[in-house]
Amino acid sequence: MGIAFWLIAAFTIAGALAAVMLRNLVHCALALTVAFAGLAGLFLQLDAQFAGFAQILVYIGAVAILVVFAILLTRSSETPKDGGVFSRTWFTGLAIAAGVFAFIGWALLESQAGLPHEAAVPIATVQMIGSALMGRYVLPLEIVALLLTAALIGAVIVARHEKEGTE
Amino acid sequence: MATPLVGYLLVAALLFAIGLAGALTRRNAILVLIGIELMLNAANLNLIAFWRYGPHPEALTGMMFAIFSIAVAAAEAAVGLGLVISIHRHVQTVDLDQITRMKG
Repeated sequence: MGIAFWLIAAFTIAGALAAVMLRNLVHCALALTVAFAGLAGLFLQLDAQFAGFAQILVYIGAVAILVVFAILLTRSSETPKDGGVFSRTWFTGLAIAAGVFAFIGWALLESQAGLPHEAAVPIATVQMIGSALMGRYVLPLEIVALLLTAALIGAVIVARHEKEGTE
Repeated sequence: MATPLVGYLLVAALLFAIGLAGALTRRNAILVLIGIELMLNAANLNLIAFWRYGPHPEALTGMMFAIFSIAVAAAEAAVGLGLVISIHRHVQTVDLDQITRMKG
């Protein structure tokens, strides 16, 4: 548990908090990017290099950009005139989230003794990951490929502009 | 802190709670999606942490689960944001307190 872990963890949590609390939506998207970068750092800390770089590519490179595009495309309705950015039932939502965190934290601290201790650094080269993807995990890989194709076509169809009567 | 694993799991629990609070309290549909993304990422952090400190890291199971989860989350984000843009085109708002058409 080095100082690096606590620094990256604080960075991630601060980014996530800012992402859900700021008023300006573009600032929210930037804070979300910070949180994703912190998570990638945590993955690298856990010696999962491939997952860390996949996180950077997919989340910072694609999802954050998609979120920014969606925010800019729906900009006309930004900053509601009446009241704040939180919904009418915000207190219930906050209470549920606090309850969930309290329960998970309690369960973690209770079961602390049973958790595994310091382990040797696992070896997970990209070659191992590649042969696992092409061997044992080939069916899930194909299903993910199908899912991504379906999601791509579905997202285009859902978001496509269609005028009534002209098809 | 006793073991490093507990630290990672606590960070993941906090991230999950922040994402849940964001998804439940914000009025903007895009911010709700951001909250869902944060929750998915917290789950990924758990998977990677258990892979790193678990008994058989050479089997790569936790790592593979996290990688597939990242791929599915990317598909979910694309479809979710497409839906938000489509809703915005129909009702000119992404304020969830005003979108009440499905109350029946």
